[in-house]
Amino acid sequence: MSTEAAFDPGSAATRATDAILRDTLHGTARGVVVDSPPGAGKSTLVVRAALELADAGRSLMVVAQTNAQVDDLVERLARKNPELPVGRLHSSDADAYDKALDRLPNVRKSAKAAELAGLPVVISTAAKWAHVKVDEPWRHAIVDEAYQMRSDGLLAVAGLFERALFVGDPGQLDPFSIVGGEQWAGLSYDPSASAVSTLLAHNPQLPQHRLPVSWRLPASAAPLVSDAFYPYTPFRSGTDHGDRLLSFAVPSDGSGVDRVIDEAAQSGWGLLELPARHTPRTDPEAVRAVATVVRRLLDRGGAAVSEGSPDPVPLTAGRVAVGTAHRDQAAAVRAALTELGVTDVTVDTANRLQGMEFDVTVILHPLSGRPDATAFHLETGRLCVLASRHRHACVMVCRAGVGDLLDDYPSTEPVQLGTLVKFPDGWEANHAVLAHLAEHRVPWRP
Amino acid sequence: MDRADAGRRGGARVSLIATLARLEAVATGRARPTATVRHRRLSERPLVFVPLTTAGEAGAPLGALVGTDRDAPHLLVVPQPRDRDLRFAFLAELADIVLPYIDSYADAVEAAERNETDPETGRRVKVEVELCADAPQLIVPSRAGVDYVRLLGRSMRFRRTVEQDPQTPYPAPPRVPLLGRWLTHFGERSRVPGSSLLQAVTELLGRHWATGQSSLEDQHLGALLAWIDPPQGETGAQAALRAELARDADGQLLCPPAGPATDPAFDNKLLAPAIERYDRARTALAAAEDGLQADDRLGALTAAEREIRALVSSRTLPTWDAVWHGLDLLRSLPEGAHVEERWTRDRWSFTGHRDRVVAGEPPQPRRDDAVTAANKLATREREQARLEAQEALDDPLVMAARRLAGEAFAGEVVDVVMAYSEGKRPSPRPLVTVRTEDVPHLAERAKVYRSLGGKPQAAEFVRWDDDGHHADGPDGVGGADRGGLLVLRIVDKMGRGKEPEAGSVPEKGDRLCFTVFEHEQRGGAKLPDPEETPWTHGGPPGEQPPEAPDSVTQEDLL
Repeated sequence: MSTEAAFDPGSAATRATDAILRDTLHGTARGVVVDSPPGAGKSTLVVRAALELADAGRSLMVVAQTNAQVDDLVERLARKNPELPVGRLHSSDADAYDKALDRLPNVRKSAKAAELAGLPVVISTAAKWAHVKVDEPWRHAIVDEAYQMRSDGLLAVAGLFERALFVGDPGQLDPFSIVGGEQWAGLSYDPSASAVSTLLAHNPQLPQHRLPVSWRLPASAAPLVSDAFYPYTPFRSGTDHGDRLLSFAVPSDGSGVDRVIDEAAQSGWGLLELPARHTPRTDPEAVRAVATVVRRLLDRGGAAVSEGSPDPVPLTAGRVAVGTAHRDQAAAVRAALTELGVTDVTVDTANRLQGMEFDVTVILHPLSGRPDATAFHLETGRLCVLASRHRHACVMVCRAGVGDLLDDYPSTEPVQLGTLVKFPDGWEANHAVLAHLAEHRVPWRP
Repeated sequence: MDRADAGRRGGARVSLIATLARLEAVATGRARPTATVRHRRLSERPLVFVPLTTAGEAGAPLGALVGTDRDAPHLLVVPQPRDRDLRFAFLAELADIVLPYIDSYADAVEAAERNETDPETGRRVKVEVELCADAPQLIVPSRAGVDYVRLLGRSMRFRRTVEQDPQTPYPAPPRVPLLGRWLTHFGERSRVPGSSLLQAVTELLGRHWATGQSSLEDQHLGALLAWIDPPQGETGAQAALRAELARDADGQLLCPPAGPATDPAFDNKLLAPAIERYDRARTALAAAEDGLQADDRLGALTAAEREIRALVSSRTLPTWDAVWHGLDLLRSLPEGAHVEERWTRDRWSFTGHRDRVVAGEPPQPRRDDAVTAANKLATREREQARLEAQEALDDPLVMAARRLAGEAFAGEVVDVVMAYSEGKRPSPRPLVTVRTEDVPHLAERAKVYRSLGGKPQAAEFVRWDDDGHHADGPDGVGGADRGGLLVLRIVDKMGRGKEPEAGSVPEKGDRLCFTVFEHEQRGGAKLPDPEETPWTHGGPPGEQPPEAPDSVTQEDLL
């Protein structure tokens, strides 16, 4: 038997989690940083750390980045420990939080931090926390999605806590600013950099951990995503080839769309390649192709078998997502799906799909049909988010010629002194993904 | 908070209308307007500054035209740009022109109020303060000129005068460090979107017209003007090509670049020999053995200097005229409604720096601390959002671009149904049906805003009301069955009573424009004081020694 076979993902993950909790609960450092690849159990870790900190009697604040993330965390906490009083600090807008929280008896909601004082756990967004003033800081904080938080966002809340656990995925989209911040590039506290980079620049001695196992990504996807986006911090899939199966009751009709679906079901990846062409962003043919793939996925009676449930689970609209780079593309796909009578399929941009999980994803490649490759479209995190949302299979829809496009547009971003150059760059990562997808290519002329 | 608008980065935010305008410019050979009003303030009396720099010597000015009178610019020249004394003389001269101009705005003030935190009670209180009634405005030809203003500011503000430090090895003339502080302030302010204290004409023109050339080519002032106002009988493309490339018999550009960099052919063929003659004349003068000889040689030196002055003048005057020509074109547009409000912020900025100078505060530090950097970034992001909203509200052409992008919609009110909120005190929540041909991207219960007497009134998207509606054709840009009937629920600005105030609810037949973006920007969270910088950001900076002057390097000495 090779050492690979001896790798036990469950115990590797447990070892990592134990070390993290030990440093968090009993360590001396003011901060602990945890890097988590896609689907490595980040939320589970956050919930567990929160419960243990609460058990230890440390007042805890949790900082997440969006209201949806906050509501999700509150629900998870309540599910794990319905007895624990949890405070949900929210904005004073209408619909500031998910009404589902109203059903949880031990969750107290308020727009004023003072009304939640004394609760063992209080959760809110970074934006809301920034407005909170306290005389006595919280003993502990958990900062979720810390790589998507901007340094200035951390600056606004860091005075609220004594110590903190920072959790996030370094491979996802970096935070950004709508105005130029080049004048601060290279400064350790560059306000538009990520919270973690500032934190580590000032506190390099903080313990850093890594979750080694992706429970979401199947064995077919983890090596590609790990190699392409996390070359220096590799991770493994928690499941093996054969643990996850996707099958369809209705056989292929021989069309390109059905063939790419079968290819993806079998190998985990499928590339539906449309003829090369420069198109507007909302490329009508590509949009229709995406919608058609989704329609056929649902029509063909898909069933997913995975380690969690030996019985096949039907592939329903709620288990399928479409990912795009731009909002107008997402809107166009939604409209095309409505025309095909498909509802309840999540269609969104990479930014909004961060942290979400589906059985099958259909991705409109960010560079498809483009005449140029801008930094936005080349951003490593964008492709990483899009290519790592699935538990079973991912179908990429793309115009031919992206390889040439990449070669025509090497990255030319100016290198700023003092900034950490991120590896791999988007160019490299895009090539790696394309090379792999080429093996699962189904050319199609709509 | 909405974290992501994927379309805003990497210069990707070129509107469909701007692209169309460029195509039309190519087709017609003339720039097309992309604005119906002027979105920036132009002062009645701007100070125009056309600097030239020396090739290969960062921050070594060669000369400049500067002044407020288009018919009488001051010509400043450094005959030997590597000579520190001559450079200081240039900067001192520049200070003598720029500082009186700035000072002329410092004394005319009006009373204003400002919110401040009372240091004793910690409460927000209104404080009576002075606000300068108007502010100076610096105009440079191009974006590179803005950078040069910043560079000059940086090179001067840490200099020491004899009064400040009698021991300083190369004391700067009295007002030079002060000029450096002001130029730094102008340079820094110009980074705030929508500000008008320091502006580049190419940027101003590029904001209001679309040419048939690339935005890189638009940075050439001559070519840009050629597209906007081509000479009789010529297309913009021809005139622009001539402006960029045409040379005379001696190989010199007919339209010299707007600087601060000069054309290499000019440097090599004309400037370098002239400077060499000047150097020789100076060496000869120094070696003169008697008065008579010195007189002669002084004459030669003066002649050599005059020659360089003529060269600099010949390369800056065309740009000087082009700048004023550009200002004329811009003045032909009426000022946008919100420009005055943004200019008031510029006046606050100017007043604030005036007060810091008067209070004897040290020059701006070399690097911002963590809190200052974060505050500046927050301000700029807020101003960017404000600018985008205000430009759209001020200008139907800009709004059209937002409508095409699905960020706004216009249409006619076809139905109004009165409704009320539930609860103990029902408030009016009328349902308004708007017929529109636009295709806004509206999420469930999305908020939309219209301008009601200059204030935003919010409404909530309820539903599309017809079956034939297509929220967004798959082609994204058009189609026969765009838009449809939109039902909105008005939620505010109707007064406190049960019945809405007169005029606060749209009526049937009204033509309205709603935006998906907010009109006004909320203030951000207050950041800690720099002395309370948290441990994540390096902790409090502690007592900072005043910044040392720049040390003298080899390159500083001839």
